[in-house]
Amino acid sequence: MPVVVLRQPLRDMAEGNARVEVTGTTVGEALAALERIHPRTKGWVLDEHGDIRRHVNVFVDGERASAEHVLDGDAELNIIQAISGG
Amino acid sequence: MELLVGTRKGLFVLRGDRGAAMDVAHRAFEGSDVEFAIRDPRTGTYYASVTSGWFGPHLYFTDDPTGEWQQSEGPAFPEDIDAKLVRTWIIQPGEEDGVLWAGVDPAALFKSGDGGRTWELNRELWEHKTRLDWQPGGGGLALHSIAPWPGDPDRLAVGVSAAGVWITEDGGRSWRNGGKGIVPRYMPEEAREETLQLCIHNMHRAAKDPSTVYMQFHGGVYRSDDAGETWTDIGTDTGLPSDFGFPMVTDPNDPARAFVIPLVADADRVTPGGALRVFETGDRGATWRSSSNGLPQNNAYLTILRQAFGHDGGDPLGLYFGATSGHVFGSGDGGRSWTTVADFLPPVLSVRVGAA
Repeated sequence: MPVVVLRQPLRDMAEGNARVEVTGTTVGEALAALERIHPRTKGWVLDEHGDIRRHVNVFVDGERASAEHVLDGDAELNIIQAISGG
Repeated sequence: MELLVGTRKGLFVLRGDRGAAMDVAHRAFEGSDVEFAIRDPRTGTYYASVTSGWFGPHLYFTDDPTGEWQQSEGPAFPEDIDAKLVRTWIIQPGEEDGVLWAGVDPAALFKSGDGGRTWELNRELWEHKTRLDWQPGGGGLALHSIAPWPGDPDRLAVGVSAAGVWITEDGGRSWRNGGKGIVPRYMPEEAREETLQLCIHNMHRAAKDPSTVYMQFHGGVYRSDDAGETWTDIGTDTGLPSDFGFPMVTDPNDPARAFVIPLVADADRVTPGGALRVFETGDRGATWRSSSNGLPQNNAYLTILRQAFGHDGGDPLGLYFGATSGHVFGSGDGGRSWTTVADFLPPVLSVRVGAA
């Protein structure tokens, strides 16, 4: 299953979990699954319309990816704050 | 007493004696903009509007502002509406139990019926036939002022930058535009009368006489005697050094009394002449006088933002405001004397009184 790797402050929103196994065949589906598993993350990475927030980057196996990016079964997703935005 | 100071880098809960220097009792939401924070006096619940540069806008509530905060569900735009929440400008307790209102950017009104846990868009205002003509001001297209009518949940007026005054008398099922008499000097003369592009900076109702509403406009200070339908200029030749500014306070105990903090002009948004002065009217805006004893009067070029001026409802009225310099000032005697309540905070976005 794909795994989402979380840093702070998202890790706190996911009950302290640094790695969360999710379902989904795309980045968007995987992030929506993260919200279902850990509801406190809802609205943090994806906005109210399911788009990745502008100043958040999602990397899949080291490559920056869009919400539509198709995942391999064992993909690792890293959610990282952009250097802009603060 | 307690002050809730929203800043560019978190919420500061200040505690101390009324009108005196205060200590930072707690800092929450470190690193994020806290656009607005308020304590609902009906329930003792605190609310904070927080926007992370990365993770977006969220609204929180708690019974203890120095403890854990819980995230609300919303405000957020429904799937069928092509808009995304930028920030929440104001959270306003309503007249019915459990009801709160929230004003957001892009300009929309949300209502909660469960004490702020969930929020629903007011579609009637969002889908108003004039919506396509609504234009943003420098701070965005913001619904930032919400004026309930004490004792009547059906009556409400809201102020939008830059789309004017909107009034409902049926609890938000229908809305009509107010604003007659306001002169937008930033528009060509021939376009002023019909334009919807009225840049309201702040609007407050006088609680003891709800038909009376005061407004700080983008160049102009006004009073309405008919609940926001028509407006009278009270900023010209009335003693103000400038009629530009952002925040405003109305005295909940005296409908003839209001306070503004003038800035030079839209092209120079600092206190005039390097003097920090609060101006007070006690005669419905016929005249204004400086109430500034104790405020810096030399080399003080400060900017005080829209939500950064609050009061404690007391008699005499406690008044508190903060500047983008990170200073917070307070008066425990209705503005007769002022003291520096806190300094060296991050730029101040909002000031409201918490627990007494």
